Amino acid sequence: MRKLVSIILLGALAFGLVQAVKKIPFGVQKTKVGKYYVERGIEDTGSSNIVTSVVLNYRGFDTLGEVTILFAGAIALGAVLFTGKKRIEREVYPASPILSTACKFLFPLILLFGAYIFIHGHLTPGGGFQGGAIAASALLLIFLGCPGRKTDGRKTRLMESLGGIIFVLAGLLGLAYGGFFLFNFLPKGTVNNLFSAGIIPVLYIVIGFKVASEIAGILDNLFGETE
Amino acid sequence: MIFYIGSFALVLTGLYIAAAKKNLIKIIMGLSLVDTGVNLFLISIGYIKGGTAPIFSNAAIPGKTMVDPVPQAMVLTAIVIGLAVTALALSLVIKAYYHYGTLNVRKIKELKW
Repeated sequence: MRKLVSIILLGALAFGLVQAVKKIPFGVQKTKVGKYYVERGIEDTGSSNIVTSVVLNYRGFDTLGEVTILFAGAIALGAVLFTGKKRIEREVYPASPILSTACKFLFPLILLFGAYIFIHGHLTPGGGFQGGAIAASALLLIFLGCPGRKTDGRKTRLMESLGGIIFVLAGLLGLAYGGFFLFNFLPKGTVNNLFSAGIIPVLYIVIGFKVASEIAGILDNLFGETE
Repeated sequence: MIFYIGSFALVLTGLYIAAAKKNLIKIIMGLSLVDTGVNLFLISIGYIKGGTAPIFSNAAIPGKTMVDPVPQAMVLTAIVIGLAVTALALSLVIKAYYHYGTLNVRKIKELKW
């Protein structure tokens, strides 16, 4: 009965969606602003990855809001799970030899790969969020493979807060130099060099650290909740 | 066109799972599927026939053949927010499990429909 009702409702929804999507053509340029970003992006920001220049330059304030939402989610998760003082004790089984060896050998390599992704965010596909997620997956490997080694909750929180503060400070410096929040006050350099695009790589490195420590904090909270 | 169909298939499957399944974790999986479908839809709206990624690392690729960067930037935002929402939902599920002793929605009186 319940399944039938949901199928009928979803059928009605699908009909409405088809009617709406029929009017959207596929595979043609639709927005003027996207064309503008592709044509003028390099001139305006110095970043060869246009998606990065949209995320951190044209819509940088929006990204600050996004980082804030991630922060709020992590805080809310901590608030939901840590309501008591006593940690719930669970039986811990030692990991298989494959996992524990992989955790020792692959951990620095995965961290290095994550760092590469977020440092080159303005040149290649990727950026702070993706690189941060990759670095956090290395920390997940630590949680799964080497139960004895753990991330220090205080240090991850410190890194997270520092990341947020540096982002806001960079924005305020832009306000002081150029008259608006997140103004690109550093020299833009030559396109396609590592040291180019002004404050964009700085912001992406900061975001990478922040996202990695935030996800590590989420994992830490999920692994050891209190009663 | 196949991208539109695929994204709506993902959205509708996810909604069906969220409505019909009993296990709370499966419901959250369904909601993440909806999230993925919406992201795929946004990306496919920005697609341009024969277009490449909007990155100027190869000078031979002209800007005219690049896809729209705006939906991609928006989806980047949406993925991160989806991660935060999923993690928060899972933490609520953990608490619900300790409170009710079950993950079955039918057995939790407040969640019946």
